[in-house]
Amino acid sequence: MTKAEILVIDDEAQIRKLLQITLQSNDYVVKEAATAREGSIMAANHPPDLIILDLGLPDENGHEVLKKLRGWYTNPIIILSVQSAEEDIIRSLDNGANDYLVKPFRTGELLARIRSSLRSTSAEESVPIINCKSLVIDLSARIVKKHNEIIKLTSTEYNLLSLFARNEGKVLTHHYLLREIWGPGYINQSQYLRVFTAQLRKKIENDPNRPEYILTETGIGYRFVAREY
Amino acid sequence: MELFINRIPKGKQFLISILLICTVAAFCYTLTAYIGYKVVAFILLFTVSLIAITLDILPVLAAAVLSALLWDFFFIPPHFTFQVGSTEDVILLLMYFIIALVNAVLTYKIRQVEKLARLKEEKANTVKLYNTLLNSLSHELRTPISTIIAATDNLQAGNTKLNSEDKHELISEIAKASFRLNQQVDNLLNMSRIEAGFIQPKNDWCDISEIIYDAVKRVEENSISQQIHISINPGIPLFKFDKGMLEQILYNLLNNAAIYTNDDCHIRVSATYYVDIMEILVEDNGPGFPKDEIDNVFNKFYRLKNSATGGTGLGLSIVKGFVEAQKGSITLENVATGGAKFTIVIKGEISYLKIKND
Repeated sequence: MTKAEILVIDDEAQIRKLLQITLQSNDYVVKEAATAREGSIMAANHPPDLIILDLGLPDENGHEVLKKLRGWYTNPIIILSVQSAEEDIIRSLDNGANDYLVKPFRTGELLARIRSSLRSTSAEESVPIINCKSLVIDLSARIVKKHNEIIKLTSTEYNLLSLFARNEGKVLTHHYLLREIWGPGYINQSQYLRVFTAQLRKKIENDPNRPEYILTETGIGYRFVAREY
Repeated sequence: MELFINRIPKGKQFLISILLICTVAAFCYTLTAYIGYKVVAFILLFTVSLIAITLDILPVLAAAVLSALLWDFFFIPPHFTFQVGSTEDVILLLMYFIIALVNAVLTYKIRQVEKLARLKEEKANTVKLYNTLLNSLSHELRTPISTIIAATDNLQAGNTKLNSEDKHELISEIAKASFRLNQQVDNLLNMSRIEAGFIQPKNDWCDISEIIYDAVKRVEENSISQQIHISINPGIPLFKFDKGMLEQILYNLLNNAAIYTNDDCHIRVSATYYVDIMEILVEDNGPGFPKDEIDNVFNKFYRLKNSATGGTGLGLSIVKGFVEAQKGSITLENVATGGAKFTIVIKGEISYLKIKND
């Protein structure tokens, strides 16, 4: 398998250097750009497998860069930014970013995000079975087991869990989840999401108060993690 | 006192002084059978003095003038005219008028002087606060920075005497220092958000048990030695709060409790509700707070007098700022059995959608 190519668009030389070392030592090919203009040209000339984009670029607003890239670029884009405001993160996810990470970040986390983003483009929803620790989710047979015992889920609970499973490792916003499960009329009814997530946790987590699978991204949404990295 | 007066609008102040003088004059009028008109002058002067202590200069002058006119009209013979019968009464009226005015002006001047003194004191306090801030900040930021620089120097210099264990330790010191630095920067950013006054709570439906467990998990990640006990009323409905703020509030309180109590102490966080009011308690059985300092602990940059170095004195003021941003209140008391107890009360919208507990 050829090495995946990652384009880093960030104006901070230190961050670029650090990412280059981190990514190269994990078998990725790294290209670097310091400005939005340079990054867009590089991406257009030779589309990489994944783009890591900083929102605070000197020559153009990161949100605009993202929108333009999403006009034609279909591979994953991960946002890496010092802006931790929830609106910024949600806006970039709505604009088509696959994931985000706030600086300062842990390299382990960055690598996990990259792997899960790259996997979702190569596998395209064909992950029929998730098997992690004590949890088994068989999407084709519609069966969920914990400690080898079948768990009874209501249809909404199952729909929510299968949406999580198909997007394993990826952050899903409240609006996205509400729209997908309950419909466009419900995107502001986040109490449904709270209640069903809490119930789902009670059924699948070993300790629902200290969840290992359905993780909360405060103010943004949820991330389902069922893979031991 | 000054603050209280400033809150009364000008128009109301005039109304109060005029009403007061009229009432007192009317009261005296009913007593004219028992007291002479000269005594009435003293009662009216006394009233003007009282007004002078509490209200602004203009309403006080109005009271002085009005009382003189009323006294003349209703009490000095001949009654119900502004005419003054005897020379003695003319002198009395003049004297009354002058004393009332002098009284008003003098009281006003004294208050001005007091105000200046207070401003001076406030300024001195600000300077002191600023110095404390610079000291604690530079300490809090420079310590981890020094650690990072020194540790990297050691690793870079090709120091051959370092064995792999030393290197490992240096690296872990760098990691700790960066974490500490990051936390202080977060604190400063949060504080400046509060100071700037544009923290708008982003309220959304919250599951309080999730918030409490998340905060406890974050505190436990700092490898604390105390036990944190959690007790949550299982019937608590979803509340509409700012989850990020609430989690930071609990994190700061629990982290503080962990830092300032002994290793074998117990920390307790509990939550309950009364209709649409959420009450969260954070208690410990440590030493509690010194009685004479308990009122200051929420102040920005305030540090207990004999607390160890480290810490910026921002944690609790951020807590207070965030609680108040959500229109809640926080109180601190020492419990009788020893230890500190923080009580947070926040009112919020509740949802009747229930989490099934089976």
